[in-house]
Amino acid sequence: MSKIVDLSADALGWVDERLPVVKAFKTHMSEYYAPKNFNFWYYFGVLAMVALVIQIMSGIWLMMFYTPSIESAFDSIEYIMRDVEGGWFIRYMHEVGATFFFLVIYLHIFRALLYGSYQRPRELVWIMGMVIYLALMAEGFFGYVLPWGNMSFWAAKVIISLVGAVPYVGESIQIWVQGDFMISDSILHKFFAFHVMLVPLIIIIVVFVHLIALHQVGSNNPDGVDIKAKKDAEGIPLDGIPFHPYYTVHDLVPIVIFMMLFFAAIFFFPDGGGYFLETPNFIEADILNTPEHITPAWYYTPFYAMLRGVTIDFFGVSAKFWGLVVMGGSMMILMFLPWLDRSPVKSMRYKGMASKTMLGLFAFSTVALGVLGVKPADWAPYWVTPLLTMVYFSYFFAMPFYTSFEKTKTVPERVTMGAGH
Amino acid sequence: MSGGEKRFELSEADQGRRTLLTGVTALLGAIGGAAWLTPFLKSWKPSAKARAAGAPITIDLAKLKVDQLFKTEWRGKPIYILKRSQEIIADLKGDKSHLRDPDSVEDQQPEYAQNDLRSLKPELMVLEGVCTHLGCAPKTRMDDGGEGEFDGFFCPCHGSKFDFAGRVYKGVPAPTNMVVPPYGYKNDGTLVVGVDQEEIG
Repeated sequence: MSKIVDLSADALGWVDERLPVVKAFKTHMSEYYAPKNFNFWYYFGVLAMVALVIQIMSGIWLMMFYTPSIESAFDSIEYIMRDVEGGWFIRYMHEVGATFFFLVIYLHIFRALLYGSYQRPRELVWIMGMVIYLALMAEGFFGYVLPWGNMSFWAAKVIISLVGAVPYVGESIQIWVQGDFMISDSILHKFFAFHVMLVPLIIIIVVFVHLIALHQVGSNNPDGVDIKAKKDAEGIPLDGIPFHPYYTVHDLVPIVIFMMLFFAAIFFFPDGGGYFLETPNFIEADILNTPEHITPAWYYTPFYAMLRGVTIDFFGVSAKFWGLVVMGGSMMILMFLPWLDRSPVKSMRYKGMASKTMLGLFAFSTVALGVLGVKPADWAPYWVTPLLTMVYFSYFFAMPFYTSFEKTKTVPERVTMGAGH
Repeated sequence: MSGGEKRFELSEADQGRRTLLTGVTALLGAIGGAAWLTPFLKSWKPSAKARAAGAPITIDLAKLKVDQLFKTEWRGKPIYILKRSQEIIADLKGDKSHLRDPDSVEDQQPEYAQNDLRSLKPELMVLEGVCTHLGCAPKTRMDDGGEGEFDGFFCPCHGSKFDFAGRVYKGVPAPTNMVVPPYGYKNDGTLVVGVDQEEIG
């Protein structure tokens, strides 16, 4: 026994001299000190990693059976669903996986808003996270087009025609992107290249950078207290515990629960009642037949509602273009959050009523816009979408004011634990 | 370092030379890099195959009959061609109160078709057969005198109406007139869709 132990220690030593594996493990796992007061909201970072791994695995396997051409794409999906052994399982994993990925990412982002995780010194962690989020949205869109169902086709057509809304140069850019004068094989091939290679590569690299940046500055916590301010004699934060084994073991429980919900969805609601997989996508792309209601997958609907909500031309530029500006702006403005928040405290626990109300309104407007986005355009009175859009943006534009004027509570010196600890 | 010798210190002249060389090399490198990007950007343009499929189409006008819609395809879109009778032309020039954009203010046609009948020659209508609401292909309707009947195009998807100049009716889902593609005449009997008259020469 001891001989084997010696031998493996020697082997590790041999590798470690050439590649700093032990040092890396210590820096990022066994000697990375995370605050001891993480709560429910802190599960979603690790769950996002789980979702990423699921998407990569199932995606690689789908690629083994999928054909990216408009003649055979739809048929190859049917082939996967009906003929490939276990093919339906792999495809549903990928498709339900996308929904779960976005669900987890939205909760992860909300956590950051709740506890001020974007504030100094974590601005780059936040920006990298937002880059991942934008890349994920692009990834989802490209992937949605690949099955070449009727919704795939019309979604591609609507989104690409947005490019054409840019004044003066739009139309030539649109033809350049399409590689044709219409939506054709050439765009399907491009989207395939983006979906399986370019965007995943970007996502993996930025996720790596996101974690390196996080481990450089250390994790925030529900109190927003800087745990590095109080250290013991060995220089270890008094309120910190090693990520491994404390959080690695601790996070196994949410991973198991996540898996239970994930597989329940795969087996019992793989199409999510038409919200994960829309009914028109069960028929092949048809150039002459537009689906009755064009709706994107649920995770884009707040932004789609804002895009559609702009119906008035301003300054001689088309409403379509302004819709594009509003939609783009609603995503890009998140990047500036670290500089919009002027509050001296991080966590919502110690911020004032104004911050709490605005965050509540922001969450409400996002969900409400999401609901509007899946409904037909005339489902609600015409003023509802513009009003909610203004609420959405006021969270950001008013932030420098309400965060500097509101009265905040005193932040404790050490982290607090909830009841039962 | 023994004796305080500074191995990597450069004289001022050397420093200047280094700056110049770095600058010039970087500039040339950037130009080369930009040139290297050319094939990557160019490959995205419509291929020769797509260009051939999207090339202008020629239509022999001799086979057209008056008041009978001729359909063909250009760049994946239906093209509607109609030889209008004098009655229809008179109708189109008549009452316009039911139309949303009778003077074709919206940019849905080449400049030379921004006129009363939205065409180069009054008798010949050339349109993209695409409803401006959600892209369905409208069908022709002829007024037989019945209730609610009219002369023009009716979209079966959401009930939009257009007249035989592709002008949209008021109170229908389609927001704008139908699109007039670029077109011209090679000679009196030959129509070319896909290029302007001046390019045909």
